[in-house]
Amino acid sequence: MSPNALELKAVRKSFGNTEIIRGTDLAIPRGERHAVIGPNGAGKSTLFNLISGRFPVNSGAILLNGEDITGLKPFEINRKGLSRSFQITNLFYNLSVFENLRCAVLWSLGYRYSFWHRLNGLREPQRRAEEVMHRIGLTRRRNVAAGVLSYAEQRALEIGITIAGGAAAILLDEPTAGMNRSETAAAVELVRSVTEGKTLIMVEHDMGVVFDLADRISVLVYGEIIASGRPEEIRANPAVQEAYLGALHKEVAHA
Amino acid sequence: MAAGVLRYQPLNLARWIIWGGTAVLMAALPLVFTQGFAITVISQMGVAIIFTLSYNMLLGQSGMLSFGHAVYSGLGAYIAVHTLNLAAKGQFWMPVSLLPLVGGLAGAFFGVLFGYVTTKRAGTTFAMITLGIGELVGSCSLMFPDFFGGEGGITTNRVFGQPFLGITFGPAIQVYYLIALWCIASMALMYAWSHTPLGRMANAVRDNPERAEFVGYDTQKVRWLTLIISAFFAGIAGALTAINFEIVTAENVSAVRSGGVLLAAFIGGVGFFFGPIIGACVFVYFVVALSVHTKAWLLYLGLFFMLMVMFAPGGIASLIMMQVQLIARKRFGRIARHYLAAGASGLMVLAALILTVEMTYKISVDSATGTLMKLFGMEFDAAAGTAWAVAIGLWIVGGWLFNLACLRVARVWGEIQTEFVEGRA
Repeated sequence: MSPNALELKAVRKSFGNTEIIRGTDLAIPRGERHAVIGPNGAGKSTLFNLISGRFPVNSGAILLNGEDITGLKPFEINRKGLSRSFQITNLFYNLSVFENLRCAVLWSLGYRYSFWHRLNGLREPQRRAEEVMHRIGLTRRRNVAAGVLSYAEQRALEIGITIAGGAAAILLDEPTAGMNRSETAAAVELVRSVTEGKTLIMVEHDMGVVFDLADRISVLVYGEIIASGRPEEIRANPAVQEAYLGALHKEVAHA
Repeated sequence: MAAGVLRYQPLNLARWIIWGGTAVLMAALPLVFTQGFAITVISQMGVAIIFTLSYNMLLGQSGMLSFGHAVYSGLGAYIAVHTLNLAAKGQFWMPVSLLPLVGGLAGAFFGVLFGYVTTKRAGTTFAMITLGIGELVGSCSLMFPDFFGGEGGITTNRVFGQPFLGITFGPAIQVYYLIALWCIASMALMYAWSHTPLGRMANAVRDNPERAEFVGYDTQKVRWLTLIISAFFAGIAGALTAINFEIVTAENVSAVRSGGVLLAAFIGGVGFFFGPIIGACVFVYFVVALSVHTKAWLLYLGLFFMLMVMFAPGGIASLIMMQVQLIARKRFGRIARHYLAAGASGLMVLAALILTVEMTYKISVDSATGTLMKLFGMEFDAAAGTAWAVAIGLWIVGGWLFNLACLRVARVWGEIQTEFVEGRA
């Protein structure tokens, strides 16, 4: 088995005449927490959409645990053990917190399209959903519809749905977007705890979060990865400083 | 949206009481309403309940707006009627009581076939394709007269062979009890379906198909399987229609039938399991019972539907659940007298509407026998100025009072809701 949880080989993606991802190579070893950073419009979210099967690639290959997943549908990729969250919260809005999480565990527990099991008689989905609900701190909001939760609660549920199925590779798209300082701190702890022993790839704008969580960082600028390495290497990399970090870097250095 | 948020989950005891009560009610109804016409009405209600619930499996539970659901009930009815005719000739053994199963399997078969095409897409595209399939089957009904029976349809006789335990299905009452049995079984099964992994994932696909894909589900397959199961129950309803009327015509697969079930589901309320049950009964009342009293029944049904969509988009079920919430928190007494005032003034407006509509019909459509008419137990001349003056008076006074009452209801409702929110904080 390949030591890499995820590998991208010369991945390219164009929308019309505009090439958004220009031959990206990336290898993420199993168990690593990896952050993808870059200025707005660099193609970070597009990269996530390609990996998770939301968009097809134009060329190149994507490997999950050494297995080619290029061109597979999102549900097929999810079944192979890759789960993702969304930058813009993406929940089952009319279902309760508990039902959201239960829906997220059903496939991985093998219930597939069953119409012969009574849902409330199934102990394991209930136990798993409740466990995740506890971890993301939404137990007392159990029966509240996802659509009426507060923003921070919705973000927590977003992460909860992503990890509930037990996928070994987790993609988080800006988990702390739009949060205030204390919410961000809570979210970082949540991400740290729920990705224990898993491979995490995340897109994040908050440099504090990135340098706090990531084992390694890749810098994406105009569809190309210009640097990849440990946080201190990225911080010291002149090309990165020039292309992207700039003022932000100084801010982090002072903090 | 609020309709889906309120999820009614009674205790198991309460559930047994509700289901047991429903069964007892269905068993007792013919003992109360003994006239032949009443049996006809409640029989049709039973069939409509199955059909509308099967439709809501798509619309309310899975977010699929179908304009061609009559295809499944109608084709189920045709297969059932042909089966019945063959069985009557002694070609094979098939008791009438099990015929709905044949209809159901036929419905499911066409669900597999057409559903594969329609459920490729969701949303507007799904709606358009169902419309197309509906038209396709509708036009087939004229192209293949051997199967569809042309304009006259296919007739049958449900009474054949030896009576079993004295049951011949000759008398309407026996057919009613057959319908009632299939109705309660179908209701229970469809309710059970909504509490299975597939049923819940159908809700998830309704709310957010994209996210459903990212938790491992092929949304197309969820929609397809749901449609097949829905078509199965629609087929049961179709076969019961065939047994009940002993005739199946092109009308059974028509767009009118498909539109009717949409109306019924919406009136009842698609956000709750029991909504379509109420909707089916109200719809049948309009179509079967009201049409006996007035030629303008379709107008009343249309107006009623319009008012429901505008002012109670969650249907009758959501109106009921709103009151249940008030009763549970002991606030109903405070708003009840305002409801009474709104109801009384609403009756005035309704009287004004009925008077206007009926007089207009009398003068414009039905004046060959003169303009004398009878309404609310009174006889009067529809062309006379006094009758119109009364109507206008009712419109103005009733409308004014109704408006006042509604504003008051809205105010008290708002006050109570504020108390709820503050009480929670």
